[in-house]
Formats: sequence, structure tokens, C-alpha cells
Amino acid sequence: MAQETRVYLDHAASSPVLPAVWDAMAEAMGVPGNPSSLHTSGRSMRRLLEQARESVAADLGSRPGEVVFCSGGTEANNLAVLGAAGPDGEVLVSAVEHPSVVEARRVLGDRVRVLPVDDAGRVDPATVATAIGPATRLVSVMWVNNETGVVQPVGGIAAVARRAGVLAHSDAVQAVGHLPVDFGASGLDLLSLSGHKLGGPVGIGALLVRRGVELRAPGFGGGQEAKLRSGTVPVVLAVGLAAALRIATGRLAAEAARLTALGEQLRAGLEALPGARVNTTAPATPAVLHVTFEGVRADDLLLLLDAVGIDCSTGSACTAGVHQPSEVLLAMGRDLADASGSLRFSFGPTTAASGIARLLEVLPGALASARAAY
Amino acid sequence: MRVLAAMSGGVDSAVAAARLVADGHEVTGVHLALSKNPQTYRSGARGCCSLEDSHDARRAADVLGIPFYVWDLSDRFDADVVQDFVAEYAAGRTPNPCLRCNEKIKFAAVLDRGLALGFDAVATGHYARTRQVGDTVSLLRSHEERKDQSYVLGVLNQEQLRRSLFPLGPDTSKAEVRAEAAERGLYLAKKPDSHDICFIPSGDTAGFLTGRLGSQTGDIVDDRGEVVGAHAGAHQFTVGQRHGLHLSVPAADGRPRYVIDISVATNTVTVGPRERLAVQVIDGIRPTWTEQAVDGSWRGLAQWRAHSEPMPATITALGEEIRVELDEPAHGIAPGQAVVYYDGERVVGSSTIARAA
Repeated sequence: MAQETRVYLDHAASSPVLPAVWDAMAEAMGVPGNPSSLHTSGRSMRRLLEQARESVAADLGSRPGEVVFCSGGTEANNLAVLGAAGPDGEVLVSAVEHPSVVEARRVLGDRVRVLPVDDAGRVDPATVATAIGPATRLVSVMWVNNETGVVQPVGGIAAVARRAGVLAHSDAVQAVGHLPVDFGASGLDLLSLSGHKLGGPVGIGALLVRRGVELRAPGFGGGQEAKLRSGTVPVVLAVGLAAALRIATGRLAAEAARLTALGEQLRAGLEALPGARVNTTAPATPAVLHVTFEGVRADDLLLLLDAVGIDCSTGSACTAGVHQPSEVLLAMGRDLADASGSLRFSFGPTTAASGIARLLEVLPGALASARAAY
Repeated sequence: MRVLAAMSGGVDSAVAAARLVADGHEVTGVHLALSKNPQTYRSGARGCCSLEDSHDARRAADVLGIPFYVWDLSDRFDADVVQDFVAEYAAGRTPNPCLRCNEKIKFAAVLDRGLALGFDAVATGHYARTRQVGDTVSLLRSHEERKDQSYVLGVLNQEQLRRSLFPLGPDTSKAEVRAEAAERGLYLAKKPDSHDICFIPSGDTAGFLTGRLGSQTGDIVDDRGEVVGAHAGAHQFTVGQRHGLHLSVPAADGRPRYVIDISVATNTVTVGPRERLAVQVIDGIRPTWTEQAVDGSWRGLAQWRAHSEPMPATITALGEEIRVELDEPAHGIAPGQAVVYYDGERVVGSSTIARAA
């Protein structure tokens, strides 16, 4: 299939770098120096880094001193969970968190407790209130689910946590750049974001840490980034992240309206297909539509759609190249067949109505073949 | 043609896929995940389902620029191949899991799924040839006799053969395959061959069976019924086996002794001199035919192991029962193995050995 005819519907996995972001990074790439150095070159690098930090803070209702740059969403989540848990604390995480949150149990063991979700995949703040115990240090519930696109009541959860004297974290990797995110107003103590989910480069992300919140650094080194994340900050990538976030923030409402219309177009088309069920229920990000197809293996549908030029994903984890049943759908009470027969279509700046039309054109045939192979 | 290329992560299947691409076919690579916990297969000898192998297969597909997927067939493989393997040993027979995998997995589960998904054929890196005359596809030995794998394909039927491609078939030697892999930029050109049963990468079949079937001490007796040793489970033995018997009573004539019979019912292993292994009549069940069922008697060649010498024989089909009468006695024929019969270089069919005398 020729490259130009492909329809890319996997922005939630990685969204192409925006052209203006390229330009900003190319300019920064010519600047020499280490931002921690005291000489003139170091200062010019530090100026770029701190401009990026201020820009990110401004776009997210945060303060520059609260922005800790790191390598991406996974590292930001690791820092938040391990940093808040400390040597003996307990963390509460939802049953639909990304592995970079929930797999903290590899380090913390039983000190990670899992909060159930309802059949739409949401955590009830009241559940959090009753689950918080004396050893609880942190509640971590994602802003937008990476598979279903469903928005969690993070404000309500943060309020519950605050009343109990517990820190609140949200993995907002799929929210930032798509939904209005105001860290200051959210009541959250910690928030993770990632560059390449919003048109920035891969390899950069940030953890927002509310002023006054003390975290224990899981790693060690030169003490960069408020002593929380050691290692020389890749300034060029930070510049790219800031540029992408600035663009996304500037057109947030317009882009949300456009992606919502694309989502409606896809929903309407899916209604005509027997055995297709949309799992994304409001409130949700406009950038994701997660669909269960009865009587198929998601892997087969992926293969067939790939062959006719559609890039999409299950959104769930892979082990040795094999898609595992969606833990998110299982946590929502759905059966193994549903959890193994669902696809995520995710949209971004390059998604157009023609792409959705193309998907709807090829889906019936692909579904018929996938059902025959089931 | 739209071809589904089964890619094990080895050099043979990678070159097979590469040839199809070069011939202008629309090729999709698929690696079969056959183990539930592939990490355990990671160390030691190469199996067909380690994480390293799936990485190597993916890398080869990327180099060739073809789509690549991993299909999780571990449940089917466990039910149809591994459990069958264990059950056969438990019954005192000696199964061939590679044949079984070809019959039930590669050219059945994978082929069926591929056809439903719109593929025209499945390709593998087996060394064998096919020849089409009219509507009929014949399965032939590879010219590379030392690598010939027509035996393990002997269970395929006409429906399966019509949808199967063996791009290494015609006249490729292993050295040529390796050279071709290097030429095509496939870095696994030097990767060693796999020899073991893929789900027993340690090669310790007895240990694997003990893990599944437990151990139960029993007697090893000689052909006069005298106890000459002890064993930890009759299912750990194969007719024709000479090593690992640890006999405590030496043979009267000082000659080597072999397993000549296994009785699961009494948990007794019988040993005897080599001539007691001589077999001239093989009775087979569950016949399969590569083209069409052949009735009555005919002259051909019989083979009962992947690389055993084909022996001239008279083969007689009586409905679902097959009798193979060898011209000369042969050794090391165990119930449970498949006997594959050839007409010259052409595979005619196979059956599972029920009795040999």
C-alpha cells in the first residue's frame, strides 16, 4: 500500500511531529552547551530550557518551578508513584491505569492497591474515600484512559484525597493537548504529560509537582530538575514539547470541535454495522473512539485494515508481539471475547473526514473476513 | 498471490519469505507464539517459540519490508501437540510432535485462518518440493537429501498441499540458504539450526515427561523375564533406545541391550539384543494421503523417522488400516511414530504405527 494513501488513526500511540515544532527544535539544535554550565554557552542553553519550562507552565495553569522535565509519560508516572510512596507508603491506583503506574507493584508489592471501576471504566470518588487508609500516601487515577478515551472525575478524586491528607496524581498523557487541563485548578498534586502524544517529539515529558510537595527521587545523579530527575535535560526536546503544547493549547477548542465531528461521523457509520459497540462514553476525549467488534480477534482485524491502508491499534499491551486481552475492558466487567476483539481509533491534526470515510468503506469487508477467520 | 509466510525466526523460513517477495508475491509474515510463557524457552538451546526467535522473525520481516504479526496459538498447540505428545508417551508410544504440528497447526489452524483472512497460500521454510500436474499437487523430496523434510510433511492432504508453498524446495542447499540470507541482508544468516523439540529446548525429554507424568519405579527385565535393572517410569523410554538404561545385571553374552518392549500397564521395560528389534511388518492406522487414497497393494519405499533410510516395501491398504511389509528387516521402529511411504521421490501418504513385528 503506497504511503500517501495510508490513513493514520493511531495518534494516541504517537502523533506526528508538527512542522512548527520541527522548526523550533531545529533552531535550538544549533545552540551549544549544557544548561547546568555557568559559562555563556551554558547560559544560552539554560535560557532556552527555562523559556520552555515557563511556556509549559503557562499553558497548563502551573508554575515554572513545578515543571520537572523527564523522558516521557512512563518516567513521569514512575517518578510520581515511587516518589510519593516513599519507603513504607501505600498507593491507590485505578484498575484501568497504564502499566507505567500499575506495574509499580513490581517495586512496591502489596503497597499498591487497586481501585475498581464501573462498567464505563470510571472510578467513583466515594470509592476512593473509603479505600484510603492510614498508610496511603498517593491516589493515582488517569485523566483520560489510553484505551477507551474515557475521562475520569479527577477533580472529585483530588478533593477526596486532599481531605484525607493524601497526595493526588493523574496520568494526563492522553488529556494534555486535547482537553483543557488547568493544573492549579484541578486540585491535583502531581500530573504527568508526554510530548509525542500531542505533536511534540518522542523522548520528552514532564511531571508537574505542586509547590511544597516533597517526593523521594527514585534515581540519583547530578540533581537536575529539582533534585527529582537527575541527568542532563535534553533542551532541544523540551523546546519541542513546549512548542507543541503551545500550538495545541492555542487551537484546543477548534480542534476538539473538529475531532468531535470526526468521532460522530465514525459513530454514525458504526451504527450501521452489526456487532459493533462503541466503548467510549461521555465525558471522553474527542481524540479516541474505542470499539468492540463481536466475533473477531482484534489482531485479525488489524491485519486486514493494515493491508488496506488503515493504521490503528488495540491500545492494549503486547507481550512478545502478542496482543493481550484488554485489562481495561476486563476491569469494566466485559468478557474475554470483548477484551480480545476491540480496536482503538485515535485522531489528531492529520485526521480528516476522508480518512474516516475510507475506514468506514473498508470496515465491512474486513469484518466479514475477520469473522470468517474467528 | 497473497501469501502468509510462517516465520520461525530461523534462516530457512526467512529466506523462503524473501524468495516469495522477490518473485513479486504479496507476502505477510506471521510468527507463531506456541508457548504460554516464552521466557522459559529463552535460555539454552533454540526453540521455535522463544522471545529471541520472535524478535528475529520480526527483524527479518522488517528487512524484507513486509507486514508481520505474531499469532498466539499456544492454546491450540498445547491441546493438539503437547498434550498429545504426553498422552502418547503415557501409552508407551513414541510420537513425532513436528508432524503433529504440521498436521494440526501450521497447515490447519494457521492455513484456515489465513485463507479466511484472504490469503491464497501458506509458505514455510521446509526443504521439500511440490509439482502440479493438472489440478493435482504432488509432494516430492528435496534434492538436498540431508535436509529433506518431506517426511514431516507426509501427513498433508491434497487440500493442504494446494495451498502450500515451499520456496526452498527445488534444489537449495543449506549453505546456499545461508549465503542467500547474507546477500539479502538478513542478519540471522549465521544463526544455528534448531534440532530439539521446540517445547523441550533442554533436550531432556525424559525430564519433561517426568514433570508431566510423574515417576513410578518399575522393573527393567530381559527377554527371559529376569530383572536386570530399575527405571523411574516406563513412559520415559522409547523402543530401540540403548543409552540411559543403567542396567545392574550385565548381559550374559556381553552384547549391548536395547529397549524392545514397553508395557505401561505393568510399568515394565523389556530389554534384549539388537536382533529382537528387527521388524519386517508394520501395521499403521489413521492413514493420510497426499493426493488420493490408494487401495490394494503396491511397491514403494517406507520411512519412519525424519532422516531414516527409505526402505523398499510392499504397502497394502485395507480401508483405514495399512500394512507395510519391508523387503529387509529394519531396526528402531516404535509404535506411535509415523510411517511415510514414497513412490520414488513422491510422497504418497502416511499412517501412525500401531504395531511392528
